[in-house]
Amino acid sequence: DRFILSKGHAGAGIYAALAERGFFPIGKLDTHYANGSDLSGHVSHRGIPGVELSTGSLGHGLSVGAGLAYGARLGDAAWRTVVLMGDGECDEGSVWEAALFASHHRLDNLVAIVDHNKLQSLTTVESTLGLEPFADKWRAFGWEVVDVDGHDHEALDAAFCRVPSRPGYPTCVLAHTVKGKGVSFMEGSVLWHYRTACGEEYAAALRELEADR
Amino acid sequence: MREAFVRTLTSLAEEDARVVLVTGDVGFGVLADYARRFPRQFLNAGISEQNMTGVATGLALTGRVVYTYSIGNFPTLRCLEQIRNDACYHRANVKVVAVGGGFSYGALGISHHATEDLAIMRSLPDITVVAPGDCWEAEHATRAIHAHSGACYLRLDRASIYDAQPDDGEFRIGRARIVREGRDITLICAGGILDEARIAADALAVEGIQCRVVSMHTLKPLDSAAIFAACAETGGIVTVEEHTVVGGLGSAVAEVCLESGLLPRCFKRVGLRAGFSSIVGDQSYLRHCYGMDADAIATTVRALIYGAADGALGVAAAVREPQAQRTR
Repeated sequence: DRFILSKGHAGAGIYAALAERGFFPIGKLDTHYANGSDLSGHVSHRGIPGVELSTGSLGHGLSVGAGLAYGARLGDAAWRTVVLMGDGECDEGSVWEAALFASHHRLDNLVAIVDHNKLQSLTTVESTLGLEPFADKWRAFGWEVVDVDGHDHEALDAAFCRVPSRPGYPTCVLAHTVKGKGVSFMEGSVLWHYRTACGEEYAAALRELEADR
Repeated sequence: MREAFVRTLTSLAEEDARVVLVTGDVGFGVLADYARRFPRQFLNAGISEQNMTGVATGLALTGRVVYTYSIGNFPTLRCLEQIRNDACYHRANVKVVAVGGGFSYGALGISHHATEDLAIMRSLPDITVVAPGDCWEAEHATRAIHAHSGACYLRLDRASIYDAQPDDGEFRIGRARIVREGRDITLICAGGILDEARIAADALAVEGIQCRVVSMHTLKPLDSAAIFAACAETGGIVTVEEHTVVGGLGSAVAEVCLESGLLPRCFKRVGLRAGFSSIVGDQSYLRHCYGMDADAIATTVRALIYGAADGALGVAAAVREPQAQRTR
């Protein structure tokens, strides 16, 4: 399968996952954000094996993913394309161009996961450009929508295993999440979109996450 | 040129199953045959250039050679970031094709005038920028970008009056073509306005001024050797482009000369100096109004050769009065 992180600002997550899976040495993660590193804040493929697409400007991933899915179908390939987007990203018109395209061409080998944490850069999604009724919008664009708790790995796994959820329809996994989940002082706070935990904050965050395991 | 492109792409599609044409809902009457013959190699993306370019990148990343196709600024400026971040950065085999370079769609208004595309596209990393000067070049450029790995931009114009003869040499990306030899001055052209330069050169020859006419069909990578030869062997350089003088061919030539220290004895850029081209008219009318038709090119050459005392240089002729106003 192919994976595109369209919300490229979550690059740290994909780098960590790739390092854990052996695509590159874990020690390289220490260079993240540092001068001279390949590991930019927004995900980049150059120098990083396993990254399918460099992103960072929102609203690009679903179109490229639709192109991959269309190409897979042309070549009778069985692999699927999974695109992870943010909910704020859905302000971008290009997302909906891609949504139209994918359903028109019945790309049921395409999955869009929307990390629906209800927050974007300055404030909440609903007070910025309201997306509700969000699931209905995807349905109206011809997608099969699966609502899941984005922190429930079993529920996510079940959703992915069912793809295509409905033959002939692309799948939108609407993953309801809490930004900063698991760290009490970060949860639901826009501040931590920008801030890096250091010192005692970092230690406290780690304690909460370890206790949760 | 459009017909030359479609005809050539049709034979490429026949030879190479990787070729896919993605149109942004344009090409009425010219793409029907292609679409009928190669349904698996044709896609109408609808009126959504951002998605068209993203989809093209995705397709290219699965091994296809993808041509995106639309009018004027739509396949370039409308989706510039998709070209930059998706196609170019991933060195994807996406060939962006614009029909209607410059004032080809003159009467349709400024939305349809492609007059900044060359400057903008040549500033992108990892892209090849080609603006054929005639139908022969358009045909060969279509083939050349197919064989050339990575993102390319192909700017097509209307039909050309002149066309290359079999002995006019070969077409190679990054290698300018001398279409007329002369020593007094060199006219370096990009795109279909090559016609105007050739007409001007014919007229000037009658007066005893021999122009070298160069089709700089590739703006990136630029053929600096051809520019240096023009500096060394001829009396100066006039660049001719149906495009703003900001950042396009003229700028590219000036950059190469200044940085190398090899300067032409004189230098002038013929191109759009008026900002937005808001006058209504067909291509040749607008070329006249904006001082880039054969007359304006010849006037520029005469002024450079005989001195600029008559003030007839391109700067003064930023906008000529439209004929409609002149007759009042």
